[in-house]
Amino acid sequence: MNKIPNRKVICEVLMEKAKDDKDIVVLCSDSRGSASLAAFFDAYPEQSVEVGIAEQDLVGISAGLAKAGKKPFAASPASFLSTRSFEQAKVDVAYSNTNVKLIGISGGISYGALGMSHHSAQDIASMAAVPNMRVYLPSDRHQTRKLTEALLQDEKPAYIRIGRNPVEDVYTEDNCPFEMDKATVLKEGKDVLLVAAGEMVRPALDAANILEKEGISATVLDMYCVKPLDKESVIRYAQQAKVVLTVEEHSPFGGLGSMVSQVVGEHCPRKVKNIALPDSHVITGTSKEVFDYYGMNGEGIAKTAKEFLA
Amino acid sequence: MDKEMKVLSYDYRMDTVRMIMSGGGGHIGGDMSEMEILMQLYLKEMNISPENQNDPNRDYFILSKGHAVESFYTILGHKGFYDLEDAIARFSHFGSEFIGHPNNVIPGVEMNSGSLGHGLPVAVGLAIAAKMDKRPSRVYVLMGDGELAEGSVWEGAMSGHNYNLDNLCAIVDRNHLQISGNTEDVMKQDDQAQRWAAFGWNVIKCDGNDFDALEDAFAKARAHKGDPTVIIADTVKGKGSPIMENKAGWHHHLPNQEEYEQIMKDLEAGKEAAINE
Repeated sequence: MNKIPNRKVICEVLMEKAKDDKDIVVLCSDSRGSASLAAFFDAYPEQSVEVGIAEQDLVGISAGLAKAGKKPFAASPASFLSTRSFEQAKVDVAYSNTNVKLIGISGGISYGALGMSHHSAQDIASMAAVPNMRVYLPSDRHQTRKLTEALLQDEKPAYIRIGRNPVEDVYTEDNCPFEMDKATVLKEGKDVLLVAAGEMVRPALDAANILEKEGISATVLDMYCVKPLDKESVIRYAQQAKVVLTVEEHSPFGGLGSMVSQVVGEHCPRKVKNIALPDSHVITGTSKEVFDYYGMNGEGIAKTAKEFLA
Repeated sequence: MDKEMKVLSYDYRMDTVRMIMSGGGGHIGGDMSEMEILMQLYLKEMNISPENQNDPNRDYFILSKGHAVESFYTILGHKGFYDLEDAIARFSHFGSEFIGHPNNVIPGVEMNSGSLGHGLPVAVGLAIAAKMDKRPSRVYVLMGDGELAEGSVWEGAMSGHNYNLDNLCAIVDRNHLQISGNTEDVMKQDDQAQRWAAFGWNVIKCDGNDFDALEDAFAKARAHKGDPTVIIADTVKGKGSPIMENKAGWHHHLPNQEEYEQIMKDLEAGKEAAINE
């Protein structure tokens, strides 16, 4: 089992690149430890900005830095970044078109027993609804590396959600196909299309392997680019399948499931089922306990897919 | 007082009123109160022009009280960033980029604003960037006094002090009125100078409708080292015509034809008086 959380990989990439690029700036809101960015602050104090517990300031300052030519990465718990500073993300970043990368750490239900104040099961919906804001949920450490490197190459706003804990690898260091804003096809099949993002990609792949043993073939799309959604891949693989299932660590409204359903409904009508967190307080537990409880693991997703196919 | 600037201030006010009439709406009260502040910045204080608008060494301005955009558009037009008469003709019209809050697809506008309390944190970011790069840029941000109720203003105030941003100058358009009435009745401000001083800022108070006082205040801000400066500029909302001066109802009142004619008459008379001073 991999022991490196995605947030640590972002720090590694930024530290590698900051050596030669003095415009890379990392900002935290008393969150450098939880963001795994303390090493960056230590190594590059002149390229680090601490704002204290003040998320609105975090995003506003980032926008100002970007306006002046810097490449700010602002990291703060996704729960606060996507709500307390939502207006700054909308106006100062997306609307003003500043090159700010918002890193929502410990996203989804990563904080487990800390409760709903610390969960961010609404961030895809809110951020994706803002024009000119992109939304990315990398699935593992290898893809996180590729995504961070790609984001350093562009000058547009983006929100990136990552979890708190290490997640099982989907890819390997040598085999991590990545094309910006294109879903990665992990498996191809004729019966079921599974579209997943972030930490749900691994369980979706597990589900496809379980289904395969039972004679059901599934396509698995790693839709790390929730916005802009890779519609082309959704349409191509939905057309081959009998049913479509989406899996996400998010509210059932306004996330990956809603977006995939729109595309499938318009272009290639199929039955679509959205596997997501409930529209209620999430049960107390670790990520694994919570996902197991709601059937958001390999077995659970495979079971839901079989029932849906029947 | 600089006679030429004073005469110009009436011309600029008339252009601003014409823009509001063309667009069928605007925030006339705040436009009038902030006019001398914007003119002093753009015509005297700041290193900014259409020629150097992309130069990293330029000075930056953020209109945090974004609703009072018509006087801002007027000044940028006079400054040559675009054709002012075209802006007046198309202000708030269908498909226009000249909308009712700053829009940074327009040359000369650095950032979009409109949601209050956003400008100071953005200005802090610009000022930190200038310090990082050792650029001479100074950063100016204009806020309304009603806007100071926004908590994000004080987050920005904290960070401006924390990073010793003496290249940052905030200005408060202290016209004492907001949409619902007197600022002290809506949400007490008490002594703004004490509040800013308590946050570690260098505080300067001045008459915000007086060019000499503003010139002096900006010079002092520039000379002060080690802290950011806030200029609390006492102004008159609706300044230029008695029918709208110090009246909360004129925050965004659209003059009717009779009022429009009276305002233009008052501004013409003010200009005449300034010429003959």
